[in-house]
Amino acid sequence: MLEIKSLECVRDDRLLFSDLNFSLDDGEVLQIEGSNGCGKTSLLRIICGLRLAEGGQVYWRGETIRANREDYYANMVYIGHLPCIKGDLTVLENIRSLLDTRSLTVEDDVIETALSKVGLASYEDVPGKALSSGQRRRILLAFIELAGAKLWVLDEPLTALDVQGVALMESMIIEHQQAGGSVIFTTHHGMQLDCEMRSVKLGGKEYMKASTWDEE
Amino acid sequence: MLKAYYHLLFRDLRLAFRNRHELANPLIFFVLVVTLFPLAVTPTTEALRAMAPGVIWVSALLAVLLSLDRLFKQDYDDGSLDQLMLSPNPLVILVLAKVTAHWFLTGLPLVIMAPLLGMFMALPDEAISVLIYSLLLGTPILSLIGAIGVSLTVSVNRGGVLLSLIVLPLYIPVLIFGANAVDVAMNGLSVRGQLLFLGAVLALALSLAPLATAVALRITASR
Repeated sequence: MLEIKSLECVRDDRLLFSDLNFSLDDGEVLQIEGSNGCGKTSLLRIICGLRLAEGGQVYWRGETIRANREDYYANMVYIGHLPCIKGDLTVLENIRSLLDTRSLTVEDDVIETALSKVGLASYEDVPGKALSSGQRRRILLAFIELAGAKLWVLDEPLTALDVQGVALMESMIIEHQQAGGSVIFTTHHGMQLDCEMRSVKLGGKEYMKASTWDEE
Repeated sequence: MLKAYYHLLFRDLRLAFRNRHELANPLIFFVLVVTLFPLAVTPTTEALRAMAPGVIWVSALLAVLLSLDRLFKQDYDDGSLDQLMLSPNPLVILVLAKVTAHWFLTGLPLVIMAPLLGMFMALPDEAISVLIYSLLLGTPILSLIGAIGVSLTVSVNRGGVLLSLIVLPLYIPVLIFGANAVDVAMNGLSVRGQLLFLGAVLALALSLAPLATAVALRITASR
């Protein structure tokens, strides 16, 4: 479904990774591993098409994501480091505006069910600025649940979440995987996923060749 | 696609009305500058009339320039801009929605306030109506061109000076033709040429600026 071919990423004259290949099918969960600054976020942003790779391509259903943009973005949802929450909008308005950019019309009661699932029942009319950072992240959990995407790209989804929040994220990923969806994520927190999972490690030995690349 | 346009437009308008002091800033700036001018110079009717078109147009232009930052800044800072770029809808349409909201929130109030300030500056009636037309055609151009500049500088901390450097040269033709139209109307001549020019630039900006802004936003996001 998603295929990464000979991807290369350079940041500030440093080679983060090169010749990176992997693919992801329906119902697969993939963790990107690596230490700080090894290019996990850059890789996820390249996969989303937000960042341009220095080399290589990302393919979605056999075509590059650029050529297949509309279908790809209708089926992919991305959560980054930033919360995407407006302090002046209520929880309900925030989640609506996120869904509106994806052109999704969702009934109020469906949103309310999703919000109560992430522990924000009765918070619908609370403005975003009155929420804690963990609660803001929980809005995003409700958003990915409602986005109806096959592929979830999650960059540090456990940031600011409490123990119950982490458990919720884990169960959401497992549920999504069982429904045939796929997930790519990064995390520095231990995630106990009770499902089949693969991992790709960045910053391994072969990527230490950056010095030779610099000399060229 | 049209729905995505309206949703984003209304979201931005709603956000602005929840944050009214920010909304009033450009308008207050506009009114203050124009009302301070007569105090600083000899306020004879002839002198005021002679400089009115220039003063009003320059103040309107600077008021728009000062408000440009909020076009993408908040969305960039909280990550919403990434979500807009990952929308299945064309980015150009979403950019156009944001620019439309910006014009409703800055350009339109300036156009509405302009006749009053024109009277302050002792402009004759026919010149006031031309002032409204010229601002009505000119301020959307300022928002459209400004969007290109903001999308290039939004990731730069304190990019205000850079923004002015990018945007001001492109604003100058609009300023010249806008102020000149009012000037010419005061002398009882035809303003057809000036207004047609502004209309042509508006058509050009409307068709090209959102494209340029969308590309610039992608460059900003890819860093």
